[in-house]
Amino acid sequence: MKLFGLYNYWVFALLLMIGLYAVIAKRNLVKKLLGLSIFQSAVFLLYISMAKVEGGTAPIIQHAGEPQVFSNPLPHVLILTAIVVGISTIALGLAVVVRIREEYGTIEENEIQARDRDR
Amino acid sequence: MVTLFGLVLLTLLVVTAVAIVITPNLFVAVMLMSIFSLLMAATFFILDAADVALTEAAIGAGMSTILFLSALALLAEREQRSPGRKWLPIAVVALTTLTLIYATFDKPRLGDPSAPVHQHVAPWYLEQSPVLMEMSNVVTAVLAGFRAYDTLGEVLVILTAGLGVMLILANGRPERSRQGSAPVAGGLRHHLVPRVVGQLLIPFIVLFGLYLQFHGEFGPGGGFQAGAIIAVGIVLHSLLEGEAAGRAILPTRVLVGLMTGGALLFCAVGIAGMLLGGNFLDYAVLAVDPVAGQQLGIHLVEAGVGITVTSTLVAAFHAFADREPAA
Repeated sequence: MKLFGLYNYWVFALLLMIGLYAVIAKRNLVKKLLGLSIFQSAVFLLYISMAKVEGGTAPIIQHAGEPQVFSNPLPHVLILTAIVVGISTIALGLAVVVRIREEYGTIEENEIQARDRDR
Repeated sequence: MVTLFGLVLLTLLVVTAVAIVITPNLFVAVMLMSIFSLLMAATFFILDAADVALTEAAIGAGMSTILFLSALALLAEREQRSPGRKWLPIAVVALTTLTLIYATFDKPRLGDPSAPVHQHVAPWYLEQSPVLMEMSNVVTAVLAGFRAYDTLGEVLVILTAGLGVMLILANGRPERSRQGSAPVAGGLRHHLVPRVVGQLLIPFIVLFGLYLQFHGEFGPGGGFQAGAIIAVGIVLHSLLEGEAAGRAILPTRVLVGLMTGGALLFCAVGIAGMLLGGNFLDYAVLAVDPVAGQQLGIHLVEAGVGITVTSTLVAAFHAFADREPAA
């Protein structure tokens, strides 16, 4: 399994860049937000992968005093809160997109810019 | 075996992500995003992050899908095909991917116990939480105890984002007659099977959420997970019975009160610590016995987190569901 020891990090890099691609290349605003979600999930994966300890278990101490290996709890805490913050900010983004659609009648970036130029 | 399963999951994640970006149908993309989150939750579970997996399953596969779908009901479902000329972004992304993958060769292998990340404060947390707080779940102890300052900031961000959603979507449109015009106003009242099955599930979803809230010190759970799961239960009720019925049990005024109340409870625990002679968010002074004080403080803080998260997510859903589609 030595060969796959970095596989999590490669998947992280791929997901991060797939998300980034959607953000920079797609014109649809909802697609951009989905890309942002993927980007965000990639970062979560990076943190949780780093927390893993070989032969460890979830950091819940069942029998205090017994020698046991636990995975690192700190990245878990950071990502746990980040997921909930992530959904709140995505909701905020969606709210802005809904308002844009009501004002411009479209959520395609190029059409919005064209309409701005006409004004 | 588990390692192999993990590798398959990670590969599926990449495939799903590519499909999300490629598909022109936004509805399909949102459903794929839900699958993506479920795969991600399974991956987190394999990587020993039980608490994170719970949150990702409730938020990513549940709540986020509902929010995207209720926003899509107000937007166009299909993405317009944009003409070619995508070479520049593809080149940038490919080059950055290669750079990032090259950089990973310097990283310690997965699960290496001697990696720098495991040498800093984590061993201290693992050693001290059973002693200082008598808590089995170290994640909860770090979240609401050792790093409560961080968590307070995050709760305030959630509150701000929730209020932002409500303010953006409420602008000058007070609650007026919305009979049948809003996308989910009618709910699924006319669909017997989802309604009956859904109604059966709601009490168990909420009960499980409450279990996570109160059992978070001893097993996976805590305010964030519980809040997300309870919110899913309440939103499911609104989906089944219609927007008006959902509004009736939790009016906007109550929701705003709960959102701010949870955050204020968190702050109040911190200030109570100061008044009793400790530092801000120092729980040890809350009771005569420092360990009991720590536990009391963590319980109260987690309750505040749970209340704010639940009401913010429900309020965000209502903000979208109440909106009438633009002509």
